[in-house]
Amino acid sequence: MTKPAIAAVNDFVVKFANVNGSGSASANELFARAILRMGVPVSPRNIFPSNIQGLPTWYEVRVTEKGHLGRRGGVDMMVAMNPQTWAEDVKEIEPGGYLFYDSTKPMPASMFREDINIIGVPLTAITNATYSDARQRQLFKNIIYVGALSVLLDIDDNEIKRLFGEQFKGKEKLLDSNVKALNLGRDWVTQHADPAAVKLKVRRADNVGDRIFVEGNNAAALGAVYGGATVCAWYPITPSSSLAEAFQAHCKKLRHDKETGKAKYAIVQAEDELASIGIVIGAGWNGARAFTSTSGPGISLMTEFIGLASFAEVPAVIVNVQRGGPSTGMPTRTQQSDLLSCAYASNGDTKHVLLFPEDPKECFDFTADALDLADRLQTLVFVMTDLDIGMNHRLCAPFQWDDKRDLDRGKVMTAADLEAGKNFGRYLDVDGDGIPFRTYPGTHPTKGAYFTRGTTKDEYARYSEEGAVYVRNMERLQKKFDTARRIAPQPVRYSSPKPTRSGVIYFGSTSPSMAEALDQLEAQGHHVNALRVRSFPFSQAVEDFIHEHERVFVVEQNRDAQLRTMLMSEFTLDGRKLVPVLHYDGTPITARFITADIAKKLGQLKVVSFEKAAS
Amino acid sequence: MTYIAKPRLHHPSLVKNKAGYTRRDYEGAVSTLCAGCGHDSISAAIIQASYELDVLPHQIAKLSGIGCSSKAPTYFLGASHGFNTVHGRMPSVMTGANLANRDLIYMGVSGDGDSASIGLGQFAHIMRRGVNMTYIVMNNGVYGLTKGQFSATADKGSISKKGVANSDESIDLVSLAILMGATFVGRSFSGDKHQLVPLIKAAMAHEGAAFLDVISPCVAFNNHPGSTKSYDYVREHNEALNRVDFIESREEITTSYDPGTLTTVQQHDGSILRLRKLGEDYDASDKVAAMKRVQEGMAAGEVVTGLLYVDPSPKDLHHHLNTVDAALNTLETADLCPGPAALDRINAGLR
Ligand SMILES: Cc1ncc(C[n+]2csc(CCOP(=O)(O)OP(=O)(O)O)c2C)c(N)n1
Ligand code: SF4
Ligand SMILES: [Mg+2]
Repeated sequence: MTKPAIAAVNDFVVKFANVNGSGSASANELFARAILRMGVPVSPRNIFPSNIQGLPTWYEVRVTEKGHLGRRGGVDMMVAMNPQTWAEDVKEIEPGGYLFYDSTKPMPASMFREDINIIGVPLTAITNATYSDARQRQLFKNIIYVGALSVLLDIDDNEIKRLFGEQFKGKEKLLDSNVKALNLGRDWVTQHADPAAVKLKVRRADNVGDRIFVEGNNAAALGAVYGGATVCAWYPITPSSSLAEAFQAHCKKLRHDKETGKAKYAIVQAEDELASIGIVIGAGWNGARAFTSTSGPGISLMTEFIGLASFAEVPAVIVNVQRGGPSTGMPTRTQQSDLLSCAYASNGDTKHVLLFPEDPKECFDFTADALDLADRLQTLVFVMTDLDIGMNHRLCAPFQWDDKRDLDRGKVMTAADLEAGKNFGRYLDVDGDGIPFRTYPGTHPTKGAYFTRGTTKDEYARYSEEGAVYVRNMERLQKKFDTARRIAPQPVRYSSPKPTRSGVIYFGSTSPSMAEALDQLEAQGHHVNALRVRSFPFSQAVEDFIHEHERVFVVEQNRDAQLRTMLMSEFTLDGRKLVPVLHYDGTPITARFITADIAKKLGQLKVVSFEKAAS
Repeated sequence: MTYIAKPRLHHPSLVKNKAGYTRRDYEGAVSTLCAGCGHDSISAAIIQASYELDVLPHQIAKLSGIGCSSKAPTYFLGASHGFNTVHGRMPSVMTGANLANRDLIYMGVSGDGDSASIGLGQFAHIMRRGVNMTYIVMNNGVYGLTKGQFSATADKGSISKKGVANSDESIDLVSLAILMGATFVGRSFSGDKHQLVPLIKAAMAHEGAAFLDVISPCVAFNNHPGSTKSYDYVREHNEALNRVDFIESREEITTSYDPGTLTTVQQHDGSILRLRKLGEDYDASDKVAAMKRVQEGMAAGEVVTGLLYVDPSPKDLHHHLNTVDAALNTLETADLCPGPAALDRINAGLR
C-alpha cells in the first residue's frame, strides 16, 4: 500500500524545529525569502521561548500563492532539527505530510509514524566530513538543510545565491563558503534521494508585486523617525525591545547632521518604565516629539504617569507591543489583551486614544500619525500592536510618504501670538473642539507661562478644587475625546456580496486571518459583513455598523472579550447582540478557528440567509 | 485653597539687575505653606540667586514632584514654566525636558520623601546621567504634606512628633549623589541664606548635574526636641566646611582675600567659586576626600555643610549623546523627516 502524500503547489506549511541560539534563524529566513523572490507570498512566524540559548524554537513558514498571511494551523512538512522536541514535532505533522530529519544516527522505527513520509538526510555526517571547526559545523549545517530542501521543494537555487550575494556584498569568502554549503545539501539530495517523493512544490508566480517584507517593530520605529520623534526612552521588554533598537539603527543612518555628525535625536535606555514614560512626558511638555515602546508589564508600571499626561494634557506616544498576560504571562506569545488596561489606564475617569495597526505598513503609518495626533490632541496616544505583527516578517504594502506632509504640532501659541495680545488660557477651549492652546517653556519673557500639574485647575491653569471648575474641565476633556473620535483613523468596511444581517468586528493582527475566514465563510454560504476597527474612541461608523446588523461577532485574541466590553459600554448596547469569538492560547489566531467558530455559532443561532428569508 | 496672585506693585526704587528685572520679577504666588516653613526660606534664596545671576526668568524651567516642598515652585519664578509631576518621578520628567531643549536652565525641587523614599531610584539615575540641572531637596526628614510620617532621610533614633522612634537607617542624599556621579554637590540649611544663596547660584551656573541638600525644618512636624532636623538641632550641629562666593566670569574680582582662608575653583562656564575655608583645609575637587569628610561628619553627629564636591569641567547628558547644538524642540520637518526618496530606498531594501 502506498502511503498517502499531501500534494500541493504554492500552498503548504513548513515548520522548522530548532534549538535556540544555533544560528538557524538566518537560514530559515533565507528559505522564506527565496520563495518570496519566486513571486510566491510567504508568511513566516517565529515561535520562541523566553530564553537565549538551548531551548527549543520553531519557525513556521506558510507558503501561500493566494496571499493568506495569517497563520494557517497544521504542518505539512516538519524540519525536525531538535531531538528534544522530536516527539511533539512528529505528532504535529498532518497525515500524509513529511518529516525531514538528520539521518546521521540510525533511529528505531518507533520514533516515526506510519502515516507520514520520511526524508532522512545525513546532515551531521555531511557537515562533519567538510568542516572541522565547531562553529562552522553548526552554522553550515543549517545552510545544508536549506540546500537539501531547495531540491525537494523545487526552490530556485539561483534566488538563494542572489540573496547570499546581497547579504555578503564585498565579503567574497563568506559568499563562497555559503554557496558551497548550499550545494553540499543540494548535491546529496540529487544523488541519494528522490525529489519526486515530496509532492509539496514551489512554482514561480507573480503574486508578490511591489510589497515589502518587514517586521512591525522595525516599521513602527521608522514611522517614529518619519513622524519627527526626537526623544525615545525605553526599557527592554519582549516583544518590544527590537522597536527601540530599530529606532536607534534608523536614526544612525537618517538623523545625523551631515556637517557636524551630531545627532538630531536622543535615546535613553531608562532604568525602568516609570522613567521611560516620565522622560517622554518631560520631552513632550517641552515641545519635542517623544515616544516609548513597551509591553504589558511596562504599561502596568506607567499607569500613574499615563493619568498625568492625559489630565495635564501633555503629548506622548506609547507603542504597546502586546504579549500574553496577565502579569509576566507569556512573554514570547501573542495576544490582544491590553485593550482595557490601556484604554482606561490610571485612576479617576480616564480614557485614552488607541490605534490598532493590522500589519507593518500600518505600524509605520500609525506611529507617525500617533505623533501628530498626540500633538494635535495634546494627550497620550497608544499604538497597539502585538508580538505577531511586531516580531515577524510580514508582507505588506510599501511605505509611502507625502512630500508635502508637515509635522502637525497642533495648537501652540508662539511669542508673536502672545505679543499680539492673544488671550492665552492653557485649558481654555477657544473653538469648541475641546483642545486648548499651549505654550512651550521659554516662549516669552512675561506672557504665556503657566504651571502644569496633575491636580485640578481652571481654564488659566490655576489650582482649583471647586466643583464647578472641575466639572467644566472634565466635560471639556470629554469633548476633546469626541474630537479624537473624528480625527483618528476610521474603520474599514468589507461588505459581503450578498445582503446579510450578520456582521463581524475585528482589529489589529487578526486582519489577515479574518480576510481568509471571510472567503471561507462566503464559500460555505455564510454571508457576513466585516468592519475593521482602527482606533478608540470608536468612530460613529462603528455604532452604525452594529445597528445595521442583527448580530455582530466580535473577534479578539483575549479571554475576556475586551473590545466587546468597550463597545458595550461606549455605545450602551445590549450585549446579546455582540457575539464573542475568542482565541487566546498565545498562538496567532487562524482563519480555520474563526470560520469554524462563526459557522458553529451561526448554526446554533439558526440563522436563515436573507435570500431564503425573502423567498 | 485657591491660587492667590501677589499684587505686583512696582516700587520705583526696586533695583533692576543686568537683565532688566527687579527682584520682584523672580517671585511667584503667595506661599500657602505653614508660616515659618523652611521651604519658604529656600524659595526666597532661589529668587535671590536667580535675580543676582541676571538670568531671564522665562529661561528657567522649574520642575517638582509631590509634597509641600514640591509645591514650592509655585511660590518662586512666576514667569517661568513649571511642572508639578508625580510623586518621586520629577527626575525622569526633568531629564526628558532637558533633552527636548538644552537651552533652558533646569531647576528641580523635591522633598526628602519625594527623592529619598518613593523616588530614590530616579534620584540616583538622574545623577549618573549627568543631566544639566540644579536639583534641590528641601529636606525635613518627614512627609510634611501627609502629616508627619518619617521619610527615608529621618535619622535613626530620631523621634516623631507622635513620639515614635525611627529604627531605620537614614539615607544621606549628599553621599549618594557624590557616589552616583553628580558633579556638583553641596549641603546647606534653609536658615542660612548667606551660605545658601551663593551655593544655588554656583549650582545654576554649573553645566552638569548639581545637587543641593538643604535641611529645611518642618515647623508642623519636626520642630520639637526629638527631631534631628529641627532649627535648634541643626543650628547646634552645623559644621560649615566653607562659605561660597560665586562670581560670574565676566566680573571676576582679583583682589585677594586673606590667602590662608580662600581657594577658588573656576567652573566650566568661566564662573569662579571662592571657597572661604571655615573648617579645616578642605579640597572640594577631591571626590574621595569629600566622601570621607561627609562620613566623618555623620559619625560625629555633625551636619557638614558647604560645597562638598565639584568637578569644574563636567560633561552633561547632551555631551554623552552627542546631540546637535540646536534645541531638539526647534527642529522642523525638513530636519527630521527623511522624505519619500529615502523611503523608496528603504522599501527597495525590504524586498
Ligand atoms: C503615588 C503617591 N503616593 C503617595 C502620595 C501621597 N504623598 C503626597 S506628598 C507625600 C510625601 C511628601 O514628602 P516630602 O517629599 O518629604 O515633602 P514634604 O511635604 O516633606 O516637603 C506623600 C506620601 C502621592 N501623592 N502619590
Ligand atoms: S507641613 Fe511642614 S513641610 Fe509642610 S508646609 Fe508645613 S512646615 Fe512646611
Ligand atoms: Mg519632607
